[in-house]
Amino acid sequence: MVAPEESMKIIVGGKFKDYPEGLRLSALIRQENVETPEYVTVALNDDFVEAAAFDEIALKEGDSVEFLYFMGGGGE
Amino acid sequence: MTVRLPAAEYAKMLRCAERGLPNEVCGLIAGELCGELKIVHRVYPLSNLDESPSHFSIDPKEQLAAVRDMRAGGLTPLGNFHSHPNTPARPSPEDIRLARDPQASYLILSLSDPPALRAFHIEQARVTEEALEIL
Repeated sequence: MVAPEESMKIIVGGKFKDYPEGLRLSALIRQENVETPEYVTVALNDDFVEAAAFDEIALKEGDSVEFLYFMGGGGE
Repeated sequence: MTVRLPAAEYAKMLRCAERGLPNEVCGLIAGELCGELKIVHRVYPLSNLDESPSHFSIDPKEQLAAVRDMRAGGLTPLGNFHSHPNTPARPSPEDIRLARDPQASYLILSLSDPPALRAFHIEQARVTEEALEIL
Protein backbone atom coordinates (compact mmCIF):
# COMPACT_ATOMS: atom_id res chain seq x y z
CA MET A 1 0.00 0.00 0.00
CA VAL A 2 1.31 3.38 -0.94
CA ALA A 3 1.12 6.02 1.76
CA PRO A 4 -0.93 9.06 0.81
CA GLU A 5 1.15 12.07 -0.12
CA GLU A 6 1.40 14.52 2.75
CA SER A 7 0.49 18.06 1.91
CA MET A 8 1.83 21.31 3.27
CA LYS A 9 0.68 24.89 3.31
CA ILE A 10 3.04 27.41 1.84
CA ILE A 11 2.62 31.07 0.95
CA VAL A 12 3.08 31.91 -2.71
CA GLY A 13 2.86 35.53 -3.67
CA GLY A 14 1.12 36.30 -0.40
CA LYS A 15 -1.49 33.55 -0.74
CA PHE A 16 -1.70 30.31 1.22
CA LYS A 17 -1.60 27.27 -1.02
CA ASP A 18 -1.54 23.50 -0.55
CA TYR A 19 1.23 21.54 -2.19
CA PRO A 20 2.78 18.10 -1.64
CA GLU A 21 5.34 18.13 1.11
CA GLY A 22 8.89 18.42 -0.13
CA LEU A 23 7.93 19.96 -3.47
CA ARG A 24 11.03 21.28 -5.20
CA LEU A 25 11.23 24.97 -5.94
CA SER A 26 11.66 24.23 -9.63
CA ALA A 27 8.41 22.22 -9.59
CA LEU A 28 6.60 25.05 -7.85
CA ILE A 29 7.69 27.45 -10.57
CA ARG A 30 6.21 25.10 -13.16
CA GLN A 31 3.01 24.48 -11.23
CA GLU A 32 2.45 28.18 -10.65
CA ASN A 33 2.75 28.77 -14.40
CA VAL A 34 5.20 31.59 -13.82
CA GLU A 35 5.50 33.54 -17.05
CA THR A 36 9.00 33.88 -18.54
CA PRO A 37 10.47 31.98 -15.55
CA GLU A 38 14.00 32.42 -16.88
CA TYR A 39 13.73 36.08 -15.92
CA VAL A 40 12.29 35.59 -12.47
CA THR A 41 14.13 36.08 -9.23
CA VAL A 42 12.88 33.89 -6.42
CA ALA A 43 12.83 34.91 -2.78
CA LEU A 44 12.32 32.14 -0.25
CA ASN A 45 11.55 33.41 3.23
CA ASP A 46 13.08 36.77 2.28
CA ASP A 47 16.32 35.24 0.98
CA PHE A 48 17.10 35.32 -2.72
CA VAL A 49 17.78 31.91 -4.23
CA GLU A 50 20.25 31.25 -7.03
CA ALA A 51 18.59 29.69 -10.06
CA ALA A 52 21.08 26.81 -9.92
CA ALA A 53 19.56 25.77 -6.59
CA PHE A 54 15.93 25.61 -7.72
CA ASP A 55 16.11 21.85 -8.28
CA GLU A 56 17.74 21.20 -4.93
CA ILE A 57 15.48 23.12 -2.60
CA ALA A 58 12.62 21.16 -1.08
CA LEU A 59 9.89 23.39 0.26
CA LYS A 60 8.48 22.87 3.71
CA GLU A 61 5.39 23.85 5.67
CA GLY A 62 5.07 27.59 6.17
CA ASP A 63 7.62 28.61 3.56
CA SER A 64 6.97 31.91 1.83
CA VAL A 65 7.88 32.27 -1.83
CA GLU A 66 7.85 35.41 -3.94
CA PHE A 67 8.51 35.59 -7.67
CA LEU A 68 10.03 38.90 -8.71
CA TYR A 69 10.84 40.09 -12.18
CA PHE A 70 14.04 41.98 -12.70
CA MET A 71 13.08 45.55 -13.43
CA GLY A 72 15.52 47.67 -15.30
CA GLY A 73 16.10 49.57 -18.48
CA GLY A 74 17.53 52.77 -19.81
CA GLY A 75 16.90 55.94 -21.70
CA GLU A 76 17.77 56.52 -25.33
CA MET B 1 -5.96 48.72 -19.97
CA THR B 2 -6.30 52.08 -18.24
CA VAL B 3 -4.03 53.22 -15.44
CA ARG B 4 -5.58 55.70 -13.02
CA LEU B 5 -3.08 57.62 -10.93
CA PRO B 6 -4.00 60.04 -8.15
CA ALA B 7 -2.55 63.51 -8.70
CA ALA B 8 -0.83 63.35 -5.31
CA GLU B 9 0.99 60.15 -6.26
CA TYR B 10 1.95 61.65 -9.61
CA ALA B 11 3.35 64.65 -7.75
CA LYS B 12 5.34 62.27 -5.54
CA MET B 13 6.76 60.53 -8.59
CA LEU B 14 7.66 63.85 -10.21
CA ARG B 15 9.36 65.18 -7.05
CA CYS B 16 11.34 61.96 -6.79
CA ALA B 17 12.44 62.26 -10.43
CA GLU B 18 13.47 65.91 -10.06
CA ARG B 19 15.41 65.25 -6.86
CA GLY B 20 17.13 62.31 -8.48
CA LEU B 21 18.58 64.34 -11.33
CA PRO B 22 20.79 63.90 -13.20
CA ASN B 23 20.11 60.18 -12.74
CA GLU B 24 17.11 58.12 -13.66
CA VAL B 25 14.86 57.21 -10.77
CA CYS B 26 12.62 54.17 -10.52
CA GLY B 27 10.08 52.43 -8.38
CA LEU B 28 6.89 50.43 -8.24
CA ILE B 29 3.20 51.21 -8.37
CA ALA B 30 0.55 49.40 -6.38
CA GLY B 31 -3.17 49.51 -5.96
CA GLU B 32 -6.10 47.51 -7.19
CA LEU B 33 -6.94 45.80 -10.42
CA CYS B 34 -10.57 46.18 -11.49
CA GLY B 35 -10.97 44.42 -14.81
CA GLU B 36 -9.31 46.63 -17.39
CA LEU B 37 -8.64 49.40 -14.88
CA LYS B 38 -5.57 49.67 -12.69
CA ILE B 39 -6.21 52.07 -9.85
CA VAL B 40 -2.91 53.16 -8.32
CA HIS B 41 -3.04 53.88 -4.62
CA ARG B 42 0.63 54.18 -3.91
CA VAL B 43 3.88 54.94 -5.68
CA TYR B 44 6.99 53.34 -4.17
CA PRO B 45 10.18 55.18 -5.12
CA LEU B 46 13.05 52.66 -4.86
CA SER B 47 16.79 52.87 -5.31
CA ASN B 48 18.30 52.80 -8.76
CA LEU B 49 21.27 50.49 -8.35
CA ASP B 50 22.80 51.84 -11.56
CA GLU B 51 22.89 55.45 -10.28
CA SER B 52 22.98 56.49 -13.90
CA PRO B 53 21.38 59.20 -16.06
CA SER B 54 20.65 56.61 -18.74
CA HIS B 55 20.04 53.29 -16.98
CA PHE B 56 18.10 51.89 -14.08
CA SER B 57 17.89 48.65 -12.14
CA ILE B 58 15.49 48.43 -9.23
CA ASP B 59 17.17 47.14 -6.08
CA PRO B 60 15.67 43.64 -5.69
CA LYS B 61 15.86 43.78 -1.90
CA GLU B 62 13.85 46.98 -1.86
CA GLN B 63 11.54 45.49 -4.48
CA LEU B 64 10.85 42.53 -2.21
CA ALA B 65 10.27 44.78 0.80
CA ALA B 66 7.89 46.93 -1.23
CA VAL B 67 5.94 43.90 -2.43
CA ARG B 68 5.67 42.68 1.15
CA ASP B 69 4.42 46.13 2.19
CA MET B 70 1.86 46.10 -0.62
CA ARG B 71 0.54 42.73 0.48
CA ALA B 72 0.35 43.85 4.10
CA GLY B 73 -1.67 46.86 2.99
CA GLY B 74 -3.97 44.85 0.76
CA LEU B 75 -2.51 46.35 -2.41
CA THR B 76 -1.70 44.57 -5.64
CA PRO B 77 1.58 45.15 -7.50
CA LEU B 78 0.58 46.89 -10.74
CA GLY B 79 3.85 47.75 -12.41
CA ASN B 80 6.78 50.07 -12.24
CA PHE B 81 7.94 53.52 -13.24
CA HIS B 82 11.19 55.14 -14.20
CA SER B 83 12.28 58.53 -15.38
CA HIS B 84 13.95 59.67 -18.56
CA PRO B 85 15.83 62.83 -17.56
CA ASN B 86 16.55 63.98 -21.10
CA THR B 87 14.54 61.85 -23.48
CA PRO B 88 10.87 61.42 -24.36
CA ALA B 89 8.43 59.31 -22.39
CA ARG B 90 8.63 56.24 -24.57
CA PRO B 91 10.35 52.90 -24.05
CA SER B 92 13.93 52.76 -25.23
CA PRO B 93 15.22 49.61 -26.91
CA GLU B 94 16.77 48.66 -23.57
CA ASP B 95 13.49 49.27 -21.75
CA ILE B 96 11.79 46.93 -24.21
CA ARG B 97 14.50 44.30 -24.07
CA LEU B 98 14.44 44.20 -20.27
CA ALA B 99 10.66 44.32 -19.83
CA ARG B 100 10.03 40.84 -18.46
CA ASP B 101 6.76 41.07 -16.59
CA PRO B 102 3.79 40.81 -18.95
CA GLN B 103 1.37 41.70 -16.15
CA ALA B 104 3.08 44.99 -15.36
CA SER B 105 2.32 48.48 -16.56
CA TYR B 106 5.52 50.32 -17.43
CA LEU B 107 5.25 54.01 -16.63
CA ILE B 108 7.84 56.36 -18.07
CA LEU B 109 8.19 59.91 -16.82
CA SER B 110 10.07 62.27 -19.09
CA LEU B 111 11.53 65.34 -17.48
CA SER B 112 11.70 67.17 -20.78
CA ASP B 113 9.92 70.50 -20.68
CA PRO B 114 7.11 70.02 -19.78
CA PRO B 115 7.28 66.68 -17.90
CA ALA B 116 5.23 63.93 -19.46
CA LEU B 117 4.11 60.59 -18.08
CA ARG B 118 2.96 57.69 -20.26
CA ALA B 119 2.06 54.08 -19.54
CA PHE B 120 2.88 51.03 -21.63
CA HIS B 121 2.27 47.32 -21.79
CA ILE B 122 5.33 45.49 -23.04
CA GLU B 123 5.22 41.80 -23.86
CA GLN B 124 7.63 39.85 -26.04
CA ALA B 125 9.07 43.13 -27.31
CA ARG B 126 5.68 44.38 -28.42
CA VAL B 127 4.78 47.77 -26.99
CA THR B 128 1.22 48.99 -26.54
CA GLU B 129 0.42 52.31 -24.94
CA GLU B 130 -2.07 52.19 -22.09
CA ALA B 131 -4.53 54.94 -21.31
CA LEU B 132 -3.39 57.01 -18.35
CA GLU B 133 -5.64 59.14 -16.15
CA ILE B 134 -4.18 61.50 -13.58
CA LEU B 135 -6.99 62.54 -11.26
